[in-house]
Amino acid sequence: MEGGVAYEQGLNLKATELTLGLPGTGETEGQGGVRNNNKRPMPTSETNEEESQALKAADRGSTAPAAKLCRAQIVGWPPIRSYRKNSLQEKKDSEGEASGMYVKVSMDGAPYLRKIDLKVYRGYPELLKALEAMFKFAAGVYSEREGYKGSEYVPTYEDKDGDWMLVGDVPWDMFMSSCKRLRIMKGSEARGLGCGV
Amino acid sequence: HLFIHSISIFQAVLIILHLSPFGSLLFSPFSSHLSSSSPIPHRERESFDSESLLSPFPQISSSGGISAMDRSPKRRSISPDDATRFPDEVLERVLALLDSPKDRSAVSLVCRDWYSAESWSRRHVFIGNCYSVSPEIVARRFPRIRSVTLKGKPRFSDFNLVPDNWGADVHSWLLVFASEYPFLEELRLKRMRVTDESLEFLALNFPNFRALSLLSCDGFSTGGLASVATHCKNLTELDIQENGIDDFGGEWLSCFPDNFNTLEVLNFSHLNTDVNPDVLERLVSRCRSLKVLKVNRSISLDCLQRLLVSAPQLTELGAGSFSQELTPRQHADLEHAFGLCKNLSVLTGLWEATAMNLSAVYPACSRLSFLNLSYTALQSQELASLLPHCPCLRRLWVLDSVGDKGLEAVGANCPSLEEIRVFPADPFDEDMINAVTESGIVAVSQGCPKLHYILYFCRQMTNAAVATVVRNCPDFTHFRLCIMNPGQPDHTTNQPMDEAFGSVVKTCKKLQRLSVSGLLTDLTFKYIGKYAKNMETLSVAFAGSSDLGMQYVMEGCSKLRKLEIRDCPFGNAALLSGLEKYESMRSLWMSACNVTMNGCRVLAREMPRLNVEVMKEEGSDDCKADKVYVYRTVAGPRRDAPPSVLTVSSL
Repeated sequence: MEGGVAYEQGLNLKATELTLGLPGTGETEGQGGVRNNNKRPMPTSETNEEESQALKAADRGSTAPAAKLCRAQIVGWPPIRSYRKNSLQEKKDSEGEASGMYVKVSMDGAPYLRKIDLKVYRGYPELLKALEAMFKFAAGVYSEREGYKGSEYVPTYEDKDGDWMLVGDVPWDMFMSSCKRLRIMKGSEARGLGCGV
Repeated sequence: HLFIHSISIFQAVLIILHLSPFGSLLFSPFSSHLSSSSPIPHRERESFDSESLLSPFPQISSSGGISAMDRSPKRRSISPDDATRFPDEVLERVLALLDSPKDRSAVSLVCRDWYSAESWSRRHVFIGNCYSVSPEIVARRFPRIRSVTLKGKPRFSDFNLVPDNWGADVHSWLLVFASEYPFLEELRLKRMRVTDESLEFLALNFPNFRALSLLSCDGFSTGGLASVATHCKNLTELDIQENGIDDFGGEWLSCFPDNFNTLEVLNFSHLNTDVNPDVLERLVSRCRSLKVLKVNRSISLDCLQRLLVSAPQLTELGAGSFSQELTPRQHADLEHAFGLCKNLSVLTGLWEATAMNLSAVYPACSRLSFLNLSYTALQSQELASLLPHCPCLRRLWVLDSVGDKGLEAVGANCPSLEEIRVFPADPFDEDMINAVTESGIVAVSQGCPKLHYILYFCRQMTNAAVATVVRNCPDFTHFRLCIMNPGQPDHTTNQPMDEAFGSVVKTCKKLQRLSVSGLLTDLTFKYIGKYAKNMETLSVAFAGSSDLGMQYVMEGCSKLRKLEIRDCPFGNAALLSGLEKYESMRSLWMSACNVTMNGCRVLAREMPRLNVEVMKEEGSDDCKADKVYVYRTVAGPRRDAPPSVLTVSSL
């Protein structure tokens, strides 16, 4: 199967990409959703200093400031009292065990995340089929040695230790218990991962 | 005795005074509310007490009428040749019937005698900012206080923006109260620091102490509660809400003596550890006057069922955990117990309630006016099944898990609804599923024309929807909209949300409180300054384009009392545009804006009766004022500020 999904070409996905940088700083970067080439891509929590600097810079300079900052964990935002956050958190923890194992799935270039219940799938083939259908791409052929061949898109996941792993490398059960979220990577970054770095 | 019917004496006074030159002064502010026994809910107590504490006694020239003005304010001043004068004791008894702080402030400004009589007859004082005045000044001004309400930290401390050791410790107040108000009966604290030592001091030094309410306080543990339970023999109210405390276990509840039975209000809903259910059941069964009971999650449904059977007179109930799986028999028993509660007007708690269990509460819902479902992630269908059982609902709190469909059910079933609050079930999740949108809020407004209070957390909104909402409900007094992505525009037009808030302030003439969000330019603030003439509280985050924004507000909003701003491009010019205004406000908070230390120094120099405080962040450069807190005070600069809080002087 050829890589590169046709539908992507008509939509200016890059323009709707959510990043932490200032508007206009993304132009010279390479393709794909990665801003910092050598770091783990798209972390959901940066250090407070980076956030606050980005926030301040965004406040001062730009005309479309904080739309790009929605992924950052801003101190005290949204304005919810801690007792309320704590009770929600406990509910989340217990929910995970009882009713399904929901993880978020993001794809580079897509503006919205999705959520899937891993318990619904019996193995990798079903999972990959579902992801391909959900995001309209083709994952390529998986091999242990070379990862996903034949596609620009590579399914990865973040495990309990915070490392980004290739989907399919570990046994399914281990994957189920260690997967925190999924990300369908695109481009050179993905290829780097696929080569067992 | 003289006072068989105090009210008619007052009417007599009114008639006499109506004939005097001061009659017109009196009639406009006085309310017709003469009862002094009904408690005023927290929200309605306005802070005009602080005003009468802060304004120096005005010099009133004697323009005829009451001749006692020429005398110095003595405790008893009876002039035999002035037939229109009433002895102070009579005046005091009459004025004692006045509850409203606004009325009392007006009364105290009439003349020295009235000032004196009012201050002797005042029993309750509300202090909106504990640093605006010292306990000594309060005690001098009002010698016979029995009930104190004190608020401490700025509201943004709720969201971790204020350092932990900031202050607002109640202890220095208690020390003064112990000598000046030994007969103190009630203490209500919000966002204060309260230690176990203070609670023990309170319990041991005030023999008549009856009511303790701690909301969003920190610094104490369940040990402090144990002191209160042990020593306060006449306790009627123990209301412990949403505090950051150390929970060492539930033994404190066992500290109530076996013969103790005066409790009317017991709220321990946010304590985390287990209390002994037997102890609780025994306490509840012997407190026959118990009206308000809010338990924590450790209380099982079985225990709750027994509590309800023994206390069907409850008017407010906070149920505990509601997720337990019940047998049909248990469910029937629980439903029966709820059916016994004919007087329930408030129902809260219901942690993690399942749909099945919720149906047990239906029999108690017919007179429910406030339902708090914000501790359970209900789905739309579950809410839709519950609401038809609550025809009298006036206030509803839910999580956004109910979705737009759930809110449509609200619109369809709650014609008397006055207040709705929708909290996010998962605030840090940016998924678009399972959230409420602009459709939800519109649906509520269509079905609930009496709506006047809204707090709405959402991930998307449009200008048109907000305009529709206020067109349907023009009587909003509190409009708090939180679009959770900072700086997000109208998602259909990509325009700023200026017109949304413009429509709010143009349409809702009675608006008192406004919280704005989304992508906002200075135009929003231009609208606010121009139209929001009754607005007292404004909260702003990630909004505005320039200093002009804040200037519009400072110049236009004549009734502004509390302004809190974070992460906006407002600098020194904006700060200083409010120079004339801050003394008529309770406080200003500005954090992560563009204010510098120099700007703060100018403000401090120009306005010596303000405290200008700066909290510096680690690693920020020397001239930035990261967090600024400005408030009026007659007590001078704080003497208890920690190193991280600088009081800016003009030097």
